Amino acid sequence: MSSWIDYTINGIIIGNIYALLAVGLALIFGVSRLINFAHGSVYVVGAYAGFVAVTQLGTPLPLTIVIVVAVGALLGLGIERFGLRPLQGYAHIAPLLATIGLSFVLDQLVQLTFSPDPRALPSELLERRFQVGSGTIGALDILIAAVGIGSAALLYYFLRFTRLGWAIRATAQDRDAAQQMGVDVNAVNRAVFAIASALGAVSGLLVGMYYNYIDPAMSFQATLKGVVAQVVGGVGNVPGAIAGSMLLGIVESYGIALFGTSYRNLFAFILLVLVLVLRPNGLFASRRQTPPEPMTGTFIAPSKPIQISYPVLIGIAVVMALLPLVLPNPYVLQTLTNAWLYGLLGLSLTLIAGTVGLISLGHAALLAIGGYASALLSLDLGMPVGASILLAGVIAAAIGTILVFPSFRLRGHYFSIATLAIGEIVSLVILNWESVTRGPIGVAGIPPLSIFGFELDTDRSIYWFALAVLVILAALQFRLLGSHLGRTLRAMRDDDIAARSYGIGLDRYKALAFSVGSFAAGVSGGITSHLYSYINHETFNSQLSILALTIVILGGMGNVTGAILGSVLLVGLPEVFRVAAEYRVLIYGLVLLLLVRFRPQGLLGTI
Amino acid sequence: MSANTSFLEVRGLTRRFGGLTAVNNVDLDLAEGEFLSIIGPNGAGKTTLFNLMTGHDDPDGGTVTFMGRDITRLSPERLAALGIARTFQHGRVFANLSVMDNVLVGAHVRFKAVRPAWPFPLNLLGPVAEVALALIRPPSVVAEEQRMREEALKILSRFGDRLLPRLDNPTYSLSYANRRRVEIGRALALGPKLLLLDEPTAGMNQTETAEMQALIGDLKKSGLTILLIEHKLDMVMQLSDRVVVMDNGTVIANGKPAEVRNDPAVIEAYLGHRRADRPEASVPEAAQ
Ligand SMILES: Nc1ncnc2c1ncn2[C@@H]1O[C@H](COP(=O)(O)OP(=O)(O)OP(=O)(O)O)[C@@H](O)[C@H]1O
Ligand SMILES: [Mg+2]
Repeated sequence: MSSWIDYTINGIIIGNIYALLAVGLALIFGVSRLINFAHGSVYVVGAYAGFVAVTQLGTPLPLTIVIVVAVGALLGLGIERFGLRPLQGYAHIAPLLATIGLSFVLDQLVQLTFSPDPRALPSELLERRFQVGSGTIGALDILIAAVGIGSAALLYYFLRFTRLGWAIRATAQDRDAAQQMGVDVNAVNRAVFAIASALGAVSGLLVGMYYNYIDPAMSFQATLKGVVAQVVGGVGNVPGAIAGSMLLGIVESYGIALFGTSYRNLFAFILLVLVLVLRPNGLFASRRQTPPEPMTGTFIAPSKPIQISYPVLIGIAVVMALLPLVLPNPYVLQTLTNAWLYGLLGLSLTLIAGTVGLISLGHAALLAIGGYASALLSLDLGMPVGASILLAGVIAAAIGTILVFPSFRLRGHYFSIATLAIGEIVSLVILNWESVTRGPIGVAGIPPLSIFGFELDTDRSIYWFALAVLVILAALQFRLLGSHLGRTLRAMRDDDIAARSYGIGLDRYKALAFSVGSFAAGVSGGITSHLYSYINHETFNSQLSILALTIVILGGMGNVTGAILGSVLLVGLPEVFRVAAEYRVLIYGLVLLLLVRFRPQGLLGTI
Repeated sequence: MSANTSFLEVRGLTRRFGGLTAVNNVDLDLAEGEFLSIIGPNGAGKTTLFNLMTGHDDPDGGTVTFMGRDITRLSPERLAALGIARTFQHGRVFANLSVMDNVLVGAHVRFKAVRPAWPFPLNLLGPVAEVALALIRPPSVVAEEQRMREEALKILSRFGDRLLPRLDNPTYSLSYANRRRVEIGRALALGPKLLLLDEPTAGMNQTETAEMQALIGDLKKSGLTILLIEHKLDMVMQLSDRVVVMDNGTVIANGKPAEVRNDPAVIEAYLGHRRADRPEASVPEAAQ
């Protein structure tokens, strides 16, 4: 019984930490309608600022907190300056994508400065524990609760009784009206970002002290947890965010008690998807409300796409096919093979995110499904490799579409968040479903590529195989876009309400496009697994999803040629210049940030 | 009511937004081939009424019957398949699609060759078949596409040379008036039995309005059943067989244009709601 008290206390403490994150996210969403994906980076920076203060400067706790608050607030101002302010008047999803780019940059900078290895964040409070009834509570627990409650009280006072707080609430309620009443909306945004980020940074510090452990990879999980808590409580709703955080903390804590640690995140993400699909306004919202203006999430900048005629494209394909004969350099061939495989992923996402406008942030999950399917089919069931890859595409299409189908009714940001969560769920299921996927050990000894019994064992033959698959699927996608389906899908993206009025059933066509797209991603994952011969649940991680999105935006959303060009540029070029892996992620983040801001239509234009 | 008045029948339709009753217990009858206009001051509930009839919003009460069939709460896509087409007050063209493609999307429900009508278990494979047919394009699919394109051209030529030279331009590049024309072209491509037009001439100048009026007049002559929301009362009076006046969500008058124009309740409603920012919406001539 005593352990249940411990689990409850633990849940509330973790809930407090999530609340510090979620309240900030809610404040930011309230005034700017932005889900700030750089929030987890603030949290990491906060943790590292505390680490530097404590270990290098030897600051006492109160001073450490002041330093962390200051660093967080400054960083918040920076995020507002680069992630939000330049993008006013852009598509609603643009600032969200920009903050994803920013978070890549910030996390990578932290990693480059402090190395990816975990660090200890020592705290004298850690060891002190007090007996409470039959359970115990640590001094740090009390501190965390005090900081959580204290910030909530301060925030309440600030929002209710100060001029700036009043301006923030006015802006959150009706931005335009507030502006007309003379509220300086930019100042409000800055204040909110500073406050939110200060809270986020403190949250990072407290977590670091709590576990005596920090590492740069905490960022993404922190963002996700903050988003989960916020969505559960109702996006943009500050008290809701606190309640959602407590709920999430307790659900996780009990989940761990019942099923073990590795299920913890699974619960969080399943909770997120359920809330999104069943109560998209949050658990505490009661009003039945039609949004006055649809908040579309598409990211389609009107543009004149650069037309490349079919003969030219065929010419390029032929040149690429002849390349191994003139340039038999294995390094070049491997690099390009890699680019062709990412090109398949690009084809998939450019159809789904570009042509249909469903911005998927979990696309790597399709690679994972395809990769595991083909690996296990060939390894455990002895299926010939070529057939297993084909079937992997079909399986990815089927599972992917079934998983995402309930989310088709979500709009804009909400769909993106759902896909992000579904992506995480897939990866966690792979991790936990040991009897099939071999769990954390991964799948080793995957048979090499072969078709019709011929093993593809040279760089050249593998190159040709990947290129051939890419060309075939690209050609099919061109043909699809040129059919009545092309205009139907694009119509749905441009205006789903009008599309429905003309008889286009959204679910049907979204599912159809999602399956077609997922097939290409599944095939790409399948081929990759045979090339690597070993995969595990982290082979196809969420960074890959964002890379895919960057590839697709770089090429031009919906643009088939663009997706291939994007992957050659983003995957091939860093390889050619032998850029180290950690700088690559930095580059991807920067490219995403700059594209969203300066060339949303990409290189070849949106279609 | 005689049998042919029940082409469209609205009974007790109600929609509340919080404390506001935007559409309040509205009854409406429309005979086949009739031209009915709905007028009323801003915020009277006209667009909301359209939304309820076309499945874009769910009523809190009441029914809509179309050709003897209860269509209350049916989805917009079902209603499109039944032959109900509408345009939107604020314009909803597919911005990145060409003029031609916009009109072809309008004909979506009439494409049969790409969507074989299979019986139950097989129809679950419908989407797969649709992809396959789009990729393989057997002669029936090609012929259908060709036929629809020709029809689309015919529809677009109704607008003279306004749209024909711009067939391949994306509609975001068109003028406001042209986008409204595309929207009407798209609605016609559905081959509607009932056409609902929500302020088709809003924002148009006099020449453009006259052109649009002539076009709508032609549509009426061709026997199409039309519901029109319009603030330009000259046009309403000339085109309509009957006029319904709404105010604060309720129908306050219903009759021949000449009767409605002199109804004191109507004059009162318009004077009571005079808005400086919408001069064309303020007062019917009779009230002046
Ligand atoms: N989704 C909504 N949520 C809340 N209120 C709404 C909504 N849609 C309409 N309303 C309100 O319902 C009332 C009727 O609006 P409606 O758009 O139907 O008027 P209308 O007669 O079409 O006016 P107009 O001539 O200006 O187009 C208005 O007061 C409007 O503010
Ligand atoms: Mg209206």
